[in-house]
Amino acid sequence: MLSQPILQTTDSGLYCAAGDFYVDPRRPVDRAVTSHAHTDHARWGCRRYLAAAPSEHLLRMRMNENAEFQFLPYGETITIGGVKISFHPAGHMLGSAQIRLEHQGQVAVVTGDYKLETDPTCQTWQPVKCHLLVTESTFGLPVYRWSPPETIAADINQWWKESRDQDKCCVLYGYAVGKSQRLIASLDPSIGPIYCHGAVQKGNDAYRRSGVQLPETIYVGDIAGKHDWRGAMVVAVPSAHGSPWMKKFGRVSTAMASGWMAVRGARRRRSVDRGFILSDHVDWPSLMTAVEACAPQTTWVTHGYSAVVARYLNEQGRDAIAIDNRSRGEDEEDTTAEIPEATS
Amino acid sequence: MIRFAELYHALDSTTKTNDKIAAMKDYFTDASPADAAWAVHFLSGKKLKQPVPRKLLRRWAADEAGIPSWLFDESYHAVGDLAEAMSLVVPQGESTDDRSLTSWIEDRLMPLREMNEDHQRQAVIDLWRQTPALTRLVVMKLITGGFRVGVSKRLVTRSVALASGIAPEVVAHRLMGNWEPTAEFFLRLTDPDAQDTIVSQPYPFCLAHPLDPDAGPKPLGDIDQYVAEWKWDGIRGQVIRRSGQTFIWSRGEDLMENRWPEIEAASELLPDGTVLDGEILACLPDGEVLSFGELQRRIGRKTVGKKLLTEVPVVFHAFDLLEHGGRDVRELPFSQRREQLQNLLCDITHPNLRITELIPATKWQDWQEIRQTSRERNSEGLMLKRKDAVYDVGRVRGTWWKWKVAPYTIDAVLIYAQKGHGKRASLFTDYTFALWDGEALVPFAKAYSGLDDAEIRKVDHYVRRNTKEKFGPVRSVTPTLVMELAFEGLQKSKRHKSGIATRFPRILRWRHDKNPKDANSLDELLELLPE
Ligand SMILES: [Zn+2]
Ligand SMILES: [Zn+2]
Repeated sequence: MLSQPILQTTDSGLYCAAGDFYVDPRRPVDRAVTSHAHTDHARWGCRRYLAAAPSEHLLRMRMNENAEFQFLPYGETITIGGVKISFHPAGHMLGSAQIRLEHQGQVAVVTGDYKLETDPTCQTWQPVKCHLLVTESTFGLPVYRWSPPETIAADINQWWKESRDQDKCCVLYGYAVGKSQRLIASLDPSIGPIYCHGAVQKGNDAYRRSGVQLPETIYVGDIAGKHDWRGAMVVAVPSAHGSPWMKKFGRVSTAMASGWMAVRGARRRRSVDRGFILSDHVDWPSLMTAVEACAPQTTWVTHGYSAVVARYLNEQGRDAIAIDNRSRGEDEEDTTAEIPEATS
Repeated sequence: MIRFAELYHALDSTTKTNDKIAAMKDYFTDASPADAAWAVHFLSGKKLKQPVPRKLLRRWAADEAGIPSWLFDESYHAVGDLAEAMSLVVPQGESTDDRSLTSWIEDRLMPLREMNEDHQRQAVIDLWRQTPALTRLVVMKLITGGFRVGVSKRLVTRSVALASGIAPEVVAHRLMGNWEPTAEFFLRLTDPDAQDTIVSQPYPFCLAHPLDPDAGPKPLGDIDQYVAEWKWDGIRGQVIRRSGQTFIWSRGEDLMENRWPEIEAASELLPDGTVLDGEILACLPDGEVLSFGELQRRIGRKTVGKKLLTEVPVVFHAFDLLEHGGRDVRELPFSQRREQLQNLLCDITHPNLRITELIPATKWQDWQEIRQTSRERNSEGLMLKRKDAVYDVGRVRGTWWKWKVAPYTIDAVLIYAQKGHGKRASLFTDYTFALWDGEALVPFAKAYSGLDDAEIRKVDHYVRRNTKEKFGPVRSVTPTLVMELAFEGLQKSKRHKSGIATRFPRILRWRHDKNPKDANSLDELLELLPE
């Protein structure tokens, strides 16, 4: 065990007493150190935010503009109350970071959400050695094993081609910010035009302002009157599925891209035509690889199958505990928290 | 095998009937007769005899994945299906064994049964290492017997008919009864010139449709076009007398051998080339029909002892004639079939083989009134049949109607919930309900159906937020939700904590307007018990 942990768990989330700040707080606090721009991590209503530089446009888009922001490039260090803070790529989405804290020779790393696969829209995860690792576990069960992203991208483009040849319009669902841009970046624009739901298009703009190259996309709302949607790809938020907004596209083939699609029951419950298993979180093998690479003395597990992962790590001879008793994997498997804007 | 796995995938990923039929038709067109026979076998709901115990499969899957068994079980619970859990947890295989479906089953899966545990284990592990995920899922479903992919036997029949050009009625008939999934079988199934004379083969059953209880029988038109019979709660069956042998089939297409010796004895009096449709009922010599609960004492017994034979005698209540003098008479109008049936049975006087009673009436009102007395006769209501109708095997509406008496209803409190299976594996869909006994809530019925998807989701949400305790997959929840349950029958039971067993309980509606304390008591349920 660590003598004096840098972090402690509180009702408002992970708290660093030495620096008097919270990491990804659950409630509005004075000072938040933020791993990435998803709403379950970047909590609205804090007074000050500190985050990785590439997340600037996304965070400003989503947070109250009166808040005070500070952005730090990956790898640079800032000291608050004697605690050295730095951000390291988490590979989850643009600007997502693992947060490294160092105080009196002790190092803690909070992963935020992360994945190990490469993603054209953000920097790839790098292991950071630490004494205390706080890891997410959204997909912390051995049933979750991702295929290489190139394979999934090829499947998606193949589906698009086949639907186009049947005169259908493709509607692909992914979370507005992060997943959607990753999807768009892997689409083959030679197949047809790419359209976006309003929330997705806003995310695209923020990505482009941040310097990420994306194929050309057209905001669906900019198309007036009758339009031929055959052969098009529409990227939309999952809440649009089955809504009146969908009617205009005529004959469609629908698909959802999410790690949850690995399980048949979840796939059927979505009632989409196709489920692509594409996640921005670590799968079971990656989670084990990451723990191995970071070589912590203690692991705190949160955000998913915490109890399962902690028990397994303990049996592997590691010191691990689950720091949330809520099982997110079970109770919030739609992760609606990551769908910020309503359907427009 | 990959082709069959693709068929499974195609069927699994669509809810559209036409897409399913098209996928099956393509398969039956391309596949070898032997593969097609096996496909028909599985798609119409038949299974392999469980070749490997599930407990062992779970253990080996954990070993092969290099994880402790508790972790495999956690995964299994999250997935909700053993075959799927195994196919996800065990890492992908390297090489691929793409032998035919038939060879997979006959050379790899069926021999598993004969092996000792060590050999079985090695064979299963080899199988995992030689299958990509999709094939493995299907193979494991064949092994665990959980091959359900949302197609009915009727859809399979239509697909075979489309692929072969044989009329669906003929295919349906040839698919009845016992058959072995062999190339010869499939060739016969799809042979335009084959003679349909297998001595034990039953005909497909004609099914009745429920009459809308609010509208009543008036929309059916002229009463002169109909006859009425009592609808009894027994076992639907077909008695076949051919070549000096008797075969009794249930609607579930089980050949019931040695179960109903008194009916078999009576059937010996039938002339060769006779097939009767009717109901097996528990019935005293004076004609009084006993409850289904009594009949149940004889179900599931392979052989019947003397004591039970005298306590629960059974009678075959014949209500239709399908084959007469060796001729298929299903195309004749009901009135003619009935007449021939009467002529046939009036020569035979046997207490265990009777013709059903037709209830006379001159106006709908007469049947309406006599229907009110159903319960005291242990009957479920009336059956109305059109006099001019042929014996239908498709689900054509309008020839047979069941006009049941209203079900029993009671308001009960939801106290336990459990996750569903298959499609609903991730939702809490199976509920246990309780009634008041003084200050205590006593569980008395389980119900799975009756709510719509949105309601199921709400209950699921409620269960997750209001779990008191977990017992394995079952959760006890704060008793708040009140639902109105309907059921068809009631009987005393020592096996049930409540002392009473309900038949076909289902949820009628969610009573948002009621508090748990407004729910009914056990005493009120007991009052519904027939004398
Ligand atoms: Zn996230
Ligand atoms: Zn998250």
